[in-house]
Formats: sequence, structure tokens, C-alpha cells
Amino acid sequence: MPSNGSVSDAPITQFINCRILKEHTLQREDLWVRDGRILDPEKLFFDEQGYADRQLDCGGAILAPGFIDVQLNGGYGVDFSTPSEDPGAGVAFVAKKILEHGVTSFCPTLVTSPPSVYHKVLPEVKVQSGGVHGAGVLGVHLEGPFISLEKKGAHPEQFLRTFGGSGGVNPLLEVYGGLDNVSMVTLAPELAGSQSVVEELSQRGVTVSLGHSVANLSQAEEAVQQGASFITHLFNAMLPFHHRDPGIVGLLTSNRIPAGRSVFYGMIADGIHTNPAALRIAHRAHPAGLVLVTDAIMAMGLPPGRHTLGQQVIEIQGLHAYVAGCSVPEALEAASLHPAQLLGISHQKGSLEYGCDADLVLMDDQMVLEATYISGVEVWRK
Amino acid sequence: MRLVILEDYDLASEWAAKYIRNRIITFRPTAQRYFTLGLPTGSTPYACYKKLIEYHKSGDLSFKYVKTFNMDEYVGLPRAHPESYHSYMWNNFFKHVDIDPANAHILDGNAQDLEAECAVFEKDIADAGGIDLFVGGIGPDGHIAFNEPGSSLVSRTRVKTLAKDTIVANARFFGHDLSKVPTMALTVGVGTVMDSREVMIVITGAHKAFALYKAIEDGVNHMWTVSAFQQHPRTIFVCDEDATLELRVKTVKYFKVTHTAHLYSTLPHFPQKNIFLKAI
Repeated sequence: MPSNGSVSDAPITQFINCRILKEHTLQREDLWVRDGRILDPEKLFFDEQGYADRQLDCGGAILAPGFIDVQLNGGYGVDFSTPSEDPGAGVAFVAKKILEHGVTSFCPTLVTSPPSVYHKVLPEVKVQSGGVHGAGVLGVHLEGPFISLEKKGAHPEQFLRTFGGSGGVNPLLEVYGGLDNVSMVTLAPELAGSQSVVEELSQRGVTVSLGHSVANLSQAEEAVQQGASFITHLFNAMLPFHHRDPGIVGLLTSNRIPAGRSVFYGMIADGIHTNPAALRIAHRAHPAGLVLVTDAIMAMGLPPGRHTLGQQVIEIQGLHAYVAGCSVPEALEAASLHPAQLLGISHQKGSLEYGCDADLVLMDDQMVLEATYISGVEVWRK
Repeated sequence: MRLVILEDYDLASEWAAKYIRNRIITFRPTAQRYFTLGLPTGSTPYACYKKLIEYHKSGDLSFKYVKTFNMDEYVGLPRAHPESYHSYMWNNFFKHVDIDPANAHILDGNAQDLEAECAVFEKDIADAGGIDLFVGGIGPDGHIAFNEPGSSLVSRTRVKTLAKDTIVANARFFGHDLSKVPTMALTVGVGTVMDSREVMIVITGAHKAFALYKAIEDGVNHMWTVSAFQQHPRTIFVCDEDATLELRVKTVKYFKVTHTAHLYSTLPHFPQKNIFLKAI
């Protein structure tokens, strides 16, 4: 019997011959999983006199926490912002496909849309655990419509909105139809009335992100003091860094961030949205805050051509991937630990600490994926 | 006594590990007849454990039918603390080999009733049929396990207060903060180790040289508790050159010569010739 049963009778899997991401480095250690969670083998040995039921040989590969993508607009022909017959099925389809890229949890993202779209789509996209069926849905990321006209980017102008005078989240409840299953909202803090919105959203446990904005550093810092903790795709759709007013970018090194809190920033590291040199400047200024996002759109995984993104039509010329100039553990953490910390779930996801969910990716030294696991169960293999 | 002198720490550790390996293999342990091994902790046996793990990973050595009994553990230190002897044994040995957790015995320094814990440990050793080979080290003050100077040479497993010397020596594992070092420990007694069928003491480093001198060239004395093993029928002291610095040249020369002679007379013959040769 692999254990004296004093804690659990569930089978124990031991991943051997692997390098795991732990304490910010890759360590030659085994990883133990039981009941979908990472197990403390020392406790197992001494308290339960237990050992593994089976051993999985990883062949020397890197074993890292599964990736968490907090900005994913769709993919493989599915656009989350375009209402369809069954939005839930669309999310589920994408959730299944992204397992191939090592993403084990994500935030389906909706770009600026008319209220009718939110009212139709949001009730169908629920928070749910991942598994063989697909990556887990952590909650929806609502990017817009409370954003700046000047920095709308690919968002449709006619559906942008302001907060109005009433204060609080009422305008959001009206537009979105509700905040259930919402994990993040991107807004422009310079819009009048944003302070109370930021404060109330934060109190409700919704992550507030600054983006698509012409805010100056002061306005951004105020928003952070009210509870904002993320910057949506740093550098893109915001004022450029200026040495006399760094704008939102200045949050990376601001000394007016409340103690004990950190500002995270999303980066689309495809080499196109941001020049790699700019990415490196941000990383060196504030490495602990880097969160890798795809901001992938419906066209991801599809051939070049014309595709829709919400209410817009865009063209795709081809895909280009680029890896940031940081160490492997840092890059892995930017895709797993940091998004988990941002969403306040790092005790459960994004880490290989004991007790965390066993959402894992197996990859070689070139970071080519070999397998994906959710709750200790293999959900994809190359 | 056998005194085996190797050139340096690594060679001494390797010799000791090979000796343990060969003992276990020739014993041919089974589910009905386990090999019982007494084990130490600390910086001295560190490389020896590494070698044992190597032999296990290469397929030469299994711990499936081996029962282990550790010498000691701190009192009051949480078991998960990185400096507890449980942590040491898990990280440096148990997690890398195939020992059955139920057969790995370490004193529980957080037990409700420490005296009862010690009594149970002695009973467990007796139930296991006694210890076949007890491996130990020596402190700079000549102690074996935590049997500090002045410990009875017929003592059994019990609670001991640590000597100042020991606490100071251990401070390096607790951030050089004396206040963080445990002051009490559970330890097997000198008598407990003397009951083993065979004892191997590993001694390396110049800082242990004086203790070694006191242990083997002076009389049996409770101020240097390792000296008790002068009265054990089957004890091996494995050292590096540095540890012999306080010994007489005569002693060293005697053992260097007899070592070679002993090699062929005292080691059992193995069916697999290459294992026999590896022991040299």
C-alpha cells in the first residue's frame, strides 16, 4: 500500500527525471501529485509512510506550472466578442485548443462591444475548472468600452462609453449586464468618475487594469491607489514614455505604489507589438511585474486572410513569435506565476508549491512543449 | 579495531560507502530477514550518502529490505525545519533511494513524551533484531551521536542537553545565531551503539584529529565517548590523512600496512568478482 492511509488513499504520481521550476530556478527535483494537487513528499514519507503508486519519467525535461493567459480574445475561428449561437461552446473550443500551447487557465477577453453583445455573451461564459475538456476559465476579461477615444486601437469607436455622473459600478452593470464571472476590467482612469469605479471593482475582487488610455502618471498612480493592479499591453494604446511625464509606463518604477502591493503589466512578446528593446527596458525596470499575454485573436491558428475582431474586420499577414531576452525561469514565471499573483490565485495556480493545483507543462530546453497536465491528468501530448 | 586511512575526504567517503554497500549485498536481505543499518547525519557522511545513492541508481544496491535507525534528532525543532535531522535524511538520502518509509526510523524530537519515545526506539531496534552495522561520526569533543563528554559509556537512548562546544559547532547551520540552535536532543546511547554487531566511525578533517587521537590512542574515558569502541569486537575507523595528524607515526604505519593484509583475509569472497575488486 503506497501509504498508511492516514490522510488519503488516492493514488500518488511521481514525476521523475525532470527539472522543476521552484524558488525562481530550475531544480533537479521530483514532483509528486495526488488528488490533482502537488504533494509534499517529505510529509508523505514521514507522516503517512507513503511513496508513489507510479513514476512518470520526464526524460530530463523542464516541468513548469501551466501557463495562464489573461488576455485572449479568441482563436481558431472563434471570436469571443462576436455573439454566436452558443458562446459557451466557442469558449470551450478555444479552451481545448490552447492546451496545445501549454495554457492551462485563461481569461476569455471581450473587446469593446455594444451592451447587447455583453448581455448575450457574458451569461454563457462561466468560471470553470480545466481538465481534459480544455483549459480552465478563470473569469472574463472585459477590455472596454470605458476606454479613451484617442487610444481605442482596434476597438470600435461607436461603442466607447464614459462613466456618467452617478459614481460606482452602476454604469458597468448597465453595460455589461452584471459582473458575475468577470475577473478583470480594462479601463482608462482619466475618464471622469473612474476613481469610485476602480475602488468598487477592486473591493468586489475584480482586477482593474489600466489601458487604452491617455492618462498621465499622476492619474495612473491615483488609480493604483484606488486598487488598480494591472496595465493592459504595456506601451500599446497609451501615451509613450516621456521623461517629464512617463504616463502609465512610469508605474513600473513609481514610488507611489501602496506598500505591499505590486503593479503588473501585460506584454505581447511577439516582437511586433513591442520592439524587443522596449520589452527589455520594461523587464529590467520591473522584472517581477512582467505578465506575458497573447492578446490572441480569432485568427490565431488560422491561415492569413480577413477575419473579424469583435465589430471590426482585420487582416492577418502571418504570425511571428518572439521570446523575451530574459532567463528561462523568468520567462516561465512571467507566463504562470505573475498572472496568478495578479489575479490573487497564486496559492492555487501558477506555482509548483505544495498544495497548488497540478497544472503543468513539460518542455525541452528550447521551450518546445511536450505535454500539458491539468490537475495531474495529462490533457495533451505532442 | 581496524583503522582505514584514505588520502582525502572523498576517498574516505567512497570507501565507507562501498563497505556499507558490500555488507548489504553479501547479507542478501529479504522480506524475512532485513539488514539493519544505524545512520548518522552532519557534514562528514554527506559524501558517503551521495555515493550510496549513486550505487542505488546504478542498480547495484537496493534498500528495499534495509531498516535504518538514525542516531539522533533535535528536541523541539519542527520536523519540516530545514536543519532537522528528518529533513537532512529526506533530502540527502531517503528521497533518492527505494527504502520503505515504514523502515526508516528517526527519533521524534517533538513527541509528547520524550522518554517514552526513547524507550520505543530501543524496543524498535530490539524488535528488528539489533543493528547489523552502525555508521557514525565523531564530534570535535570526541562524542558519538549526542553522547557529550561525561555521558555514561553504558547509556541507552535518552534526552541529552547539548554541550556548549556542540551548540557552537552547530551554529553554522542556524545562520550563526546561537539563540536559534536547539539545546536538547534525543540520542542513542553509547551502550546502544555498542550493542551493534559492527560499528564504522567515519572521521575526516584536521579539526577531528585530536578527538581521534583521544579515541584510539588514549584510554577508554567518558570524556571522549568514542573511546568506548575500543571494547567493541568489530569496529572500523575510516579516516582521511588530515584526521590522523595527531596520531603517532607508529600507529599510522601499523594500520597502513595491515590494511592491505586485511583486505584479503577479512573481506568475504563475492561471487561477482568485480564487486570484490571495487571494495579495494
